[in-house]
Amino acid sequence: MNEHKIYDIEELKAQLLSDEEFFEQFIQNASVTVTEMFRDPMFYKALREKVLPRLGTYPIIKIWLAGCATGEEVYSIAILLKEHGLFDRSIIYATDINQNSLRIAKEGIYHIDKMKDYTYNYIRSGGEGSFSSYYKANFDSVIMDKSLRKNIVFSPHNLAADKSFNEFQLIICRNVLIYFNQNLQNKILNLFYESLCTFGFLGLGNKESLLFTDKKKMFGEIDRKERIFIKTGD
Amino acid sequence: MEKIIVIGCSKGGFTALTQLLQPIPKDFPNPILVVQHRQKYDKTSLEELLQHRLQLKVKQADEKEKLEGSVIYIAPPDYHLLLEGDYTLSLSSDQLVNYSRPSIDVLFETAAEAAKEKLIGIILTGANGDGAFGIKIIRMNGGTTIAQDPSSAECGIMPEMAIKTGNVQKILTIPGITSFLLSMYDKNKG
Repeated sequence: MNEHKIYDIEELKAQLLSDEEFFEQFIQNASVTVTEMFRDPMFYKALREKVLPRLGTYPIIKIWLAGCATGEEVYSIAILLKEHGLFDRSIIYATDINQNSLRIAKEGIYHIDKMKDYTYNYIRSGGEGSFSSYYKANFDSVIMDKSLRKNIVFSPHNLAADKSFNEFQLIICRNVLIYFNQNLQNKILNLFYESLCTFGFLGLGNKESLLFTDKKKMFGEIDRKERIFIKTGD
Repeated sequence: MEKIIVIGCSKGGFTALTQLLQPIPKDFPNPILVVQHRQKYDKTSLEELLQHRLQLKVKQADEKEKLEGSVIYIAPPDYHLLLEGDYTLSLSSDQLVNYSRPSIDVLFETAAEAAKEKLIGIILTGANGDGAFGIKIIRMNGGTTIAQDPSSAECGIMPEMAIKTGNVQKILTIPGITSFLLSMYDKNKG
């Protein structure tokens, strides 16, 4: 705001509504979320044990990672799919409102200091492979293996405004809903409901719930603690 | 709504919280929000352990929850806890503040904005300076600020750093803080 010499919220509002480029810049700065690979390892463990085996019954698996931020979650899911022999018939749609985050996600380059924590998370999630085989180190960065980056489509998408764009077997949206009010949460959860096939899975963040949606009765619980749900309605 | 109490602590916090809050009766009308620094993947249910020892109802804070009296809300591991202007709770997954998530500063700052002079901020034992800035903001918004007497704390660093900001009004031992809270309760009971 200082940069643009805006000093009160009315001015900010006016600028946001009239200047598209300013709006974009504002979004870049305001919507950065913090993420890590295999964050909440028990969630990934639950995916391994309860969701992936069922996904295996589909000839093509379409997965939507909504609010993918800088991509750590995307590569975690890619690794999971690989380890369960599902990667080759999967397509992961990774979306976010923040174009800068998407750019970083697409590059798949992360700081080497983070890899120790990520390795620990990976192991706790039930990973039995060699985590370091999934990336190449170079000075103080690592780059995710090329093979993990195919079958992933990165695309901008605004959860609050955009419509459904496909039908998925699995939608993961973790620690994004907490930033929306109840009305918007309901709107977005309805969007997810429409975008899921029957018996498709929805994974939320561990302090998130279906509490604020009118569609809550159309979902069953696959794992209450890890917030994984299954669409039963339709 | 009457006064709202926010408490921050880290090292030694469990014992301090238990000592402080055990004598508070279960119909104590003011809501209490607590940030205790805790491990990301916190297996110990801090909430359960506290509930066993305290009379007041203890629960882990949930997002969008409306603040109620006679409840102690504990910030969940790995989320910041915020108090909104309409006295509902929000959770955030944003970056660490003072190397912590949940961060005491985040709770204190948002609560100071929301509750202003109705806020009582308490800093207890702990090993870093999280909460010092928050104490300053509480004071600036007209709230009451209390720090545990550092020499009586398991780890005096956290209350020390709060005191150093020059914004702590009362420096009390744990029993002293409990008396302060109980005197509010007795006064209201009339």
